[in-house]
Amino acid sequence: MEATIEVAGLRKRFGQITALDGMSFTVTPGQVTGFVGPNGAGKSTTMRVILGLDSADEGHALVGGRPYRSLRRPLSHVGALLDAGALQPSRTARDHLLWLAHSQGLGAGRVGEVIEQVGLGSAARRRAGGFSLGMRQRLGIAAALLGDPPVLMLDEPFNGLDPEGIVWMRGFLRSLAAEGRAVLVSSHLMSELQDTAGHLVVAGRGRVVADAAVADLIAAASGGRIALRTPARAEAMTALAGAGATVAATGPDALTVSGLAAERVVSLLNARAVPFSEVAAHRATLEEAHMDLTRDVAEFRAATGREAAR
Amino acid sequence: MSVATVYRSGLRAGRDGFAQLVRAEWTKFRTVRGWVIAMTAASLIIVALGLSYASGNRSTCGQGPVEVACPAPPVGPDGEAVTDGFFFVHRPLPAEGGITVRLTSLTGIITYPPPDHDKIVPGLVPWAKAGIIVKENTRPGSAYAALMVTAGHGVRMQYDYTHDIAGRPGRVSAASPRWLRLTRTGDTLTGYESADGRQWAKVGTARLDGLAATVRIGFFVTSPSDLTVKRSDLGGTIEQARFTQATGVFDHVSVQGTAPGEWSGGNVGNAGTTDWERHHQATGVQESGGTFTVTGHGDIAPQTDGQPIERPLTGVLIGLIVMVVVAVTSMTAEYRRGLIRTTLLADPRRGRTLAAKAVVIGAVSFAAGLAAAAVAVLAGRPILQANGNYVLPVSTFTEVRVIAGTGVLAALAAVFALALGTLFRRAVAAVITAIALIVVPYILATASVLPDGAAQWLLRLTPAAGFAIQQSIPEYAHVLGHYVPAAGYFPLAPWAGLAVLSAYTALALGLAVVLLRRRDG
Repeated sequence: MEATIEVAGLRKRFGQITALDGMSFTVTPGQVTGFVGPNGAGKSTTMRVILGLDSADEGHALVGGRPYRSLRRPLSHVGALLDAGALQPSRTARDHLLWLAHSQGLGAGRVGEVIEQVGLGSAARRRAGGFSLGMRQRLGIAAALLGDPPVLMLDEPFNGLDPEGIVWMRGFLRSLAAEGRAVLVSSHLMSELQDTAGHLVVAGRGRVVADAAVADLIAAASGGRIALRTPARAEAMTALAGAGATVAATGPDALTVSGLAAERVVSLLNARAVPFSEVAAHRATLEEAHMDLTRDVAEFRAATGREAAR
Repeated sequence: MSVATVYRSGLRAGRDGFAQLVRAEWTKFRTVRGWVIAMTAASLIIVALGLSYASGNRSTCGQGPVEVACPAPPVGPDGEAVTDGFFFVHRPLPAEGGITVRLTSLTGIITYPPPDHDKIVPGLVPWAKAGIIVKENTRPGSAYAALMVTAGHGVRMQYDYTHDIAGRPGRVSAASPRWLRLTRTGDTLTGYESADGRQWAKVGTARLDGLAATVRIGFFVTSPSDLTVKRSDLGGTIEQARFTQATGVFDHVSVQGTAPGEWSGGNVGNAGTTDWERHHQATGVQESGGTFTVTGHGDIAPQTDGQPIERPLTGVLIGLIVMVVVAVTSMTAEYRRGLIRTTLLADPRRGRTLAAKAVVIGAVSFAAGLAAAAVAVLAGRPILQANGNYVLPVSTFTEVRVIAGTGVLAALAAVFALALGTLFRRAVAAVITAIALIVVPYILATASVLPDGAAQWLLRLTPAAGFAIQQSIPEYAHVLGHYVPAAGYFPLAPWAGLAVLSAYTALALGLAVVLLRRRDG
């Protein structure tokens, strides 16, 4: 149980706003776990509670079986990147890492190692204030790696990276997980996670909406659905709905049908003489799976507003 | 679900302790060039303002039409500057023994007192004194012990200028004479008083270490200048000193033990030079049938006219403002950038984290304050002296206290500011509060804009009380003086003043820890 993050029944209110409403999940070692959900779903608040920065009204969050605030030399238990911009601009990258290293009883040698690891060697003695967002992300990753922790928590690490940087970051996260670390990555870039995360925790309205392997989620989202293209949309909907299918219009001449097999759809339409140009089994992307899971949550958010500010 | 082997770090675990946190905070401080430069600048400002004060301050004395260097006052047995002027009727006392007298009268004159300032009136200043004395020799500044009756403070036993023991209160007159006795046994002198010459009460004892075998024993009269203080129209005060003279009548003079020779009289120090003394009544002694009438002017007391060693520390005020800004910013910059979260992640024990910050900012400010004060005081003194100023001598301990105390003052002010920065999380609010509590009360209290009482309360109740640690010359209860903040006299003793600032700092730091623990990062 050492290299894990456990979140159980977290609740937290900020005044009238419920930020966390029973958030529970576990992050296991050896893979990248994506932490996704719309703005205001409680991802950042959850991460801050795990790191002991915010306190929860109820529930608990453990890192390696212990609350963060009880950890000694915490950076050797969990490395975190919350806000890449949290830097004193006049301090050099190396000096930023040096004071962090000193706080953990580590020396300048370790600073040199992580700087090389994230590819910032040539910029180490430059002031962090002049760094691009991408370089700051790398510096933040270096800081998270300083204590060589078995658990990593990164909030939006792809932000501000150029395409080359994104490729690097995906490989880097996978390799960290492959070493047996538990890696929790929050992101809104679902396509990135599709190639990186092995597991997804989907948050909405302060709780977990879905917690599953990426492959299972995609299969579920695809869920025997059929994409249908027809110029006679209304007739097609009537015919298929009458046969017990769930039909959704996805365009002026496009429908998504679920609850019926493809052959049955074809024969029904033929029987009613409804013209159609295409019938295809639908394969969902992770993005769609995500949208599916969080649609109602997003509507809720639009109604209640300002949670995203947290 | 795929579970790989759980990651084990090959990194050797670092040490976990408060020292690591302090080291981290020190690394944080020294790697921001602006803070290092500002702290150095604070030091240099203190030195520069101090030395410029010293070189701009000149003092000369007139001797007729000629300007001459001012004569240095005598120095007492404990190294302090003293005033030692009185009329002394004495004889040698080669061994142990004592003197007994009866004092039947103490009268005097005061020249041109308020409100009209137009005549010389009969009267005594409270510390006019007549009594008996054992003194090492007639050189001003030599060791002594004396038992006396004063005009306004009853019987006193005083010795070596700074020591004063109260006896029975009350004035002396023919109807209510006072018997005084002073005896020497080795280095110990004991004073007794009596209303009738039969029932004696001990007033006090004094040990004068290393007192010569043969000393002078006798009786004396002296009277310090009258002092009036009035507020000037421009704010500030005007102090006026007036010549006074006292006359005491002694009888039943007897010496115990062997004291050979006759009584001889003379002025100790510079007396007898005023017109009043020349044309009306000279200082001196007249004997008539065993009754001695002695007239004198002056005082036997510490003297505080001159430059105290802390005078070149005027720039500390400006230096402190810079240090306060650095201390506040070292905290609020973390809030502004969100770096405080990284700091709290590095060690979630928030009290310790703040303590480590306080140690670093306190140590840096102490070093900057100490170095600056040492240079300003030690280099300022010879410059002052070269310009003809008399710098009041103090003990090495006092000098160390003033210099190191300035360092401690800077450290406490900086930690106080750091705590305010944590409480407010906004630099401007914290800096304004710190300056309003430390610097502004000091300026108000010492700039003569407030009544003396208000000024003294400010320096008792606000963190500015800590400046008291810089006061090298104490207030003497047995010397009339205008002891106000504007003249460099604090209402609290040096360590008490520093304790007030420490209490404020501890309170602010405690609140900051509580708040830091409670609030979300």
